[in-house]
Amino acid sequence: MDIIRSEHVSFDYIRRDEEGNVEGITRAVDDVSLRVKQGDFVAILGHNGSGKSTFAKHLNALLYPTEGTLLVDGKDTKDAEEIWNIRQSAGMVFQNPDNQIIGQVVEEDVGFGPENMGIPTEQIWERVEESLKAVGMYQYRKHSPNKLSGGQKQRVSIAGVLAMHPKCIVLDEPTAMLDPNGRKEVIRAIRGLNMVENVTIILITHYMEEVIDADRIFVMDGGRVALEGTPKEVFSQVEKLRSMRLDVPQVTELAFELKKGGLPLPDGILRKEELLEELRKLR
Amino acid sequence: MLREITIGQYYQTDSVIHRLDPRVKLVATIAYIVSLFIVNQVWGYILAALFLAMVIKLSNVPFSYMIKGMRAVILLLMITVIFNLFLTPGEVLISLWKLHITKEGLKIAIMMAVRLTFLIIGSSVMTLTTTPNNLTDGLEALMKPLKVFKVPVHEVAMMMSIALRFIPILLEETDKIMKAQIARGADFESGNLMKKAKAMVPLLVPLFISAFRRANDLAMAMEARCYRGGDGRTKMKPLIYQKRDYIGYIVLLLYLGLCVCVGRLLPVVLAAFI
Repeated sequence: MDIIRSEHVSFDYIRRDEEGNVEGITRAVDDVSLRVKQGDFVAILGHNGSGKSTFAKHLNALLYPTEGTLLVDGKDTKDAEEIWNIRQSAGMVFQNPDNQIIGQVVEEDVGFGPENMGIPTEQIWERVEESLKAVGMYQYRKHSPNKLSGGQKQRVSIAGVLAMHPKCIVLDEPTAMLDPNGRKEVIRAIRGLNMVENVTIILITHYMEEVIDADRIFVMDGGRVALEGTPKEVFSQVEKLRSMRLDVPQVTELAFELKKGGLPLPDGILRKEELLEELRKLR
Repeated sequence: MLREITIGQYYQTDSVIHRLDPRVKLVATIAYIVSLFIVNQVWGYILAALFLAMVIKLSNVPFSYMIKGMRAVILLLMITVIFNLFLTPGEVLISLWKLHITKEGLKIAIMMAVRLTFLIIGSSVMTLTTTPNNLTDGLEALMKPLKVFKVPVHEVAMMMSIALRFIPILLEETDKIMKAQIARGADFESGNLMKKAKAMVPLLVPLFISAFRRANDLAMAMEARCYRGGDGRTKMKPLIYQKRDYIGYIVLLLYLGLCVCVGRLLPVVLAAFI
């Protein structure tokens, strides 16, 4: 079943002057149609201003499409009655960990979502415990978030969303403000959730290394879906990605340059081992 | 310098005071502050000091931690003391040029200094031993009767807790902006008070902008996690009075009773003896 169904979704940012007259319209999302299957790990790529974050906010009903329809778990995001159900089934993790942690103690923050949903007290504690264990932060449950590292904070944010038992988690550049170690921690936690708990993951990022394990990749450019496919399919098109100011994983780039230099390598090599294997075959 | 402010910060440890119901702690803090302004005798202050010392001992928070919090308000304290010292009319003790230190002034100045010190330490004991969320829950529960008068109790409580949560973050940010500006030649240290105040303006503008941006982000994150006001919300840590909370109330009542006794009865008793 499709957890996300986007049909020709467009969104305009309308700038107004002080009297409320329209000054200008910027089309941030332009005719995006895509489907995401339950349990998939999907990545959305794009450079700054490509509309990927704006689109992500639609998935949580923080923004509504100007045109087209967006169904999350079969519910229309424009339907005001369903808005809280949509936010519960599609949780969202944002970029800055400091600006999304509400509690002063880790466990209180994780309990914030379930509290808002009106879950009975005992169940909140169960949910908090299992969510913190799922992201490996259980031993920090009594700590103050201010004392945690960026990666740890972001894992707490993920636990906070997980405690709401969502079917799908949308992560809007969760690693953009983290150091390489923090990035690894967070990505490992996300992949664990996807594989063990079967939560659908929609990861928005511009770090290519994070998406080579995704089931499907959408590349956005100028508000439109410019490319889509498996990582192999997408990263085979090195030139096209470059024209959209996007990088490819280092290994892929190396393979691409070697091929240009005359070595008969296949397209879309994503991992070191793969490249080694192919090079060995050439000897 | 800015990071040393400990007011409104939670100190992570385990103690009887930490485990007390926040309502008890709130009521006790208010009662304690009131008691400080009721008593006006040495014995009363000794009693207040003993009570505070007992609570601090029980709270397991290092005393030095509270003193650190005092450092930020020392200026305020000094101003109060100096004004009281020089501007209270009465029997002149020492004259310096046009300023006179009076007997009454000296008495009031010492009293104010003691009161303010106890007041600040007393309220920081509360915030150091209570998590902001807990504090908010306590406030919300205590103010619930005001809902009849259409006071947005939950919203006020939530705003307070968020403000407290962001104090350390904004302080850190101020520090960062200050350093960035110092690195580019800004001068916050030299000059008179006026000049120093003017130097703060370019600090406040980026700080405000960033605070608004944070507020916007936080509001979105809260909405994304289904926050929609206090109605229909359950509690992860509901407030239920335990045995220790009743004991807390009893101890508080005893203290207040003693304060009244010291204020009213002691002079009478002493007078009878002499």
